[in-house]
Amino acid sequence: MSLHVKDLSVARGGRPVLQGVSFDCAPGDALILRGPNGIGKTTLLRTLAGLQPALSGEVDFPEESGAYASHADGIKAQLSVTENLTFWAEVHGGVLDDTVLEDFDLVDLRDRLAGTLSAGQKRRLGLARLGVIGRKVLFLDEPTVSLDGFSVKMFADWLRDKHLGQGGIAVIATHIDLGLEAPVLDLTPYKAAQDAAGGSDEAFL
Amino acid sequence: MIALLKRDLALAVRAGGGFGLGLAFFLIVIVLVPFGVGPQAELLTRIAPGILWVAALLAALLSLDRIFALDHEDGSLPLLATSPLPLEAVALVKGVAHWITTGLPLTLAAPALGFLLNLQPSAYGFLLITLLVGTPALSMIGTFGAALTVGLRRGGLLLSLLVLPLYIPTLIFGAEAVRRGADGFSATNALVLQGGITLGVFAFLPFATAAALRVNLR
Repeated sequence: MSLHVKDLSVARGGRPVLQGVSFDCAPGDALILRGPNGIGKTTLLRTLAGLQPALSGEVDFPEESGAYASHADGIKAQLSVTENLTFWAEVHGGVLDDTVLEDFDLVDLRDRLAGTLSAGQKRRLGLARLGVIGRKVLFLDEPTVSLDGFSVKMFADWLRDKHLGQGGIAVIATHIDLGLEAPVLDLTPYKAAQDAAGGSDEAFL
Repeated sequence: MIALLKRDLALAVRAGGGFGLGLAFFLIVIVLVPFGVGPQAELLTRIAPGILWVAALLAALLSLDRIFALDHEDGSLPLLATSPLPLEAVALVKGVAHWITTGLPLTLAAPALGFLLNLQPSAYGFLLITLLVGTPALSMIGTFGAALTVGLRRGGLLLSLLVLPLYIPTLIFGAEAVRRGADGFSATNALVLQGGITLGVFAFLPFATAAALRVNLR
């Protein structure tokens, strides 16, 4: 179980944003992505997760082991906390384990409708989804938005002990310090040249 | 797949899920027709099969834009796309869930509303059967249309324009089978053709729907 990225170029809206991105992650490794707004962190993560095609380059990790998480949590307001988590666990062929609720401090909220949670509580619920789906390679886009300091630490602890500690891999785009001992990849040097060859659409035209 | 079906059904019957909206619309349209046409029992009997089918079709159309739009808004769609569930299965489940929450109640309510239009007694059985056979096709075609327009602002109108022409064959054979059955002719041909459309739609459209979703997710 490892993640290899070689010479990856990604595009947003048919326009190349990053080119020549290469890195490797061994089991237990985390990688922090940094860079100014608009550099292409989200685009890179979506491409890695397979939600959009790469312009060129290789992404290699075992099939059916990647999971993507962004600011949109995929949480249904009309379902309770446990119903939301049970759904994602079942879709991934698992069951909801109560330790996940403890890891993300959701025990007291378990029967509340997700629509009645605060923004930070919703975010914790969204992150708890990562704990029930059993995926080894996580692509996280700003996972700590609207979390307070305590919750950030809680999430970092979970990531370190329950995910990376079990041989998982995480690629995280974030602007705050999670307190993880992880290398930081600054994306600024990979910015695509303005006159770089366009996406397939432009080549076609 | 079962988990997704269970969730969609639970969402449909909870607050703001839109369950019953199509049914209420169906009811109102059928009640309005005699007011518009006038109290001519004979005329109503003649147009009843067509009116019932057109109204059922429009009622099914009402909730189509919710099929994928809500999952798109809250970010469930990319998460489902990266889950072990193939998008083709997601498409199929969404179509089935829409039928259970819309097509099935419409089918069950139609005989009661046929009474309001003075439908011939011999036609009730055919009405039930054609709706049972035809409404799944309406849901699946609608799911395909919803996948094409997911992510578009005000895609609902475009969705109607895309989907309504595709409903024509189902409508023709459905209403024709009821008419022929009511008049005592054989309705087998129309019924078989309608069933064929439904089976074909369920065989091919999940793949087309998944392809449309993949393009729209980029």
